[in-house]
Amino acid sequence: MSNPSNLKYTASHEWVKTETDGTITIGITQHAQELLGDMVFVEAPAVGRKLKAKEECAVVESVKAAADVYAPVSGEVVAANSALDSSPETINSDPYGAWIFKMKPDSATDVSVLLDATAYQAHVDSEAH
Amino acid sequence: MGRSAIFVLRLFYFLEMTMTTLKTTPLNAAHRAMGAKMVDFGGWDMPVNYGSQIDEHHQVRNDCGMFDVCHMRVVDIKGDGVRAFLRYLLANNADKIALPGKALYSAMLRPDGGVIDDLIIYFMTEQWFRVVVNAGTADKDIAWMKQQAYTHAPALTITSRDDLAMVAIQGPNARAKVWQVLPHTRAATEGLQNFQAAECGEYFVARTGYTGEDGFEVMLPKEKAEAFWYALNQAGVQPIGLGARDTLRLEAGMNLYGQDMDESVGPLESGLAWTVDLKSERDFIGKATLLANPPTRKLVGLLLLDRGVLRGHQQVHTAHGAGEITSGSFSPTLEKSIALARVPNGVQIGDTVQVAIRDKMLAAQVVKYPFARNGKAI
Repeated sequence: MSNPSNLKYTASHEWVKTETDGTITIGITQHAQELLGDMVFVEAPAVGRKLKAKEECAVVESVKAAADVYAPVSGEVVAANSALDSSPETINSDPYGAWIFKMKPDSATDVSVLLDATAYQAHVDSEAH
Repeated sequence: MGRSAIFVLRLFYFLEMTMTTLKTTPLNAAHRAMGAKMVDFGGWDMPVNYGSQIDEHHQVRNDCGMFDVCHMRVVDIKGDGVRAFLRYLLANNADKIALPGKALYSAMLRPDGGVIDDLIIYFMTEQWFRVVVNAGTADKDIAWMKQQAYTHAPALTITSRDDLAMVAIQGPNARAKVWQVLPHTRAATEGLQNFQAAECGEYFVARTGYTGEDGFEVMLPKEKAEAFWYALNQAGVQPIGLGARDTLRLEAGMNLYGQDMDESVGPLESGLAWTVDLKSERDFIGKATLLANPPTRKLVGLLLLDRGVLRGHQQVHTAHGAGEITSGSFSPTLEKSIALARVPNGVQIGDTVQVAIRDKMLAAQVVKYPFARNGKAI
């Protein structure tokens, strides 16, 4: 599965989608879910929480490991995907559909400077060895 | 997602990446051809899964699957007086196995009671016992055995069978699949009891395993391992990675050396009292220490009541003091998180305890284990 070109990415393997109302939707990438394997638990941040860029704010746990999810930019949490409480495995089957939380970013510029799909793929390849 | 967090919270097989060359089993190329995700497991390049670890787990509980366990070490001890030597070397009593082929699970202890390894011994003849030890401890184990034999049984030979491979086939349909692939072994192995083995020419077939399911562990010449693996696959047996091996053994309530016990802790505080014979006259290495130091802690099962996942090294808070999780994971059979934990003796089955997970305290119930065997939750 290739990384959708309409999304932005972080070096810590989150994807970021800018919505028409200026909010952003965040999940973890195909590469991240593949590294972790079968997902069994997701803890999303509380709505209303103010986050700084790169702050730990959510946790995804697979059978074999737990991993932190970081805020891609500074801003406020405006929604959390409660559907993942009962079906965390949708992150494995549909990583770019199974969003974890939404934020109102402090600055749209912060989002625009995140990695694009090509730069993210280069980053993944460089981490492989 | 934090890449560093994956490594901090890695499971037992996510050992530090090193620049050294990993050891490979005779099935390495087959794993890669079957799409395995390979990991560094204690210096061995091993398959963690071939797709979904949870699917692999259910496959074994409901049908059967095969595991590459070539990294484990087969050791043959031969000569007059093997039984007397093992009687002294091991915490369990070798006299319990009188029927040829019968197997016994035992801890091997240091004089101070610490666990050097847990192993299985097979009684073949009074001049030959076969021992299977863990991969990570094999060299240390053999050195210890030879050192003890030098003092107590110098005529014995202790041979590491590096020429053998081992494949475990586990699940309710496992034995039938092995007979389909190795029909000549059927007559000799059909009547095997649980924990009994038979030698069938070049194949050593044991009704043992590490999943809580019926099945065989087959030892065979290394050069025949790959053909055997593919023949099993042709017969419909799916390969299973180390990930599912860990959740299967945890549900079955089986200890993992290096997590649930090691040299710093005794067998009585590791859920292994049933394997330690303190009542007979027999002396064995570690016995005096165990008798002089009654255990103050014990191993119990935990079932997480809140949402989350129990993991090794999480702290457990009880009314009787602190404890620690030794192995924890998500149980695919129970669809809940389960763990083994070492806690103060006063903790009782049914108690509710608190487990520190990141910045939260989550409730867990103390339960009996095993959690699941023979396809079902217990």
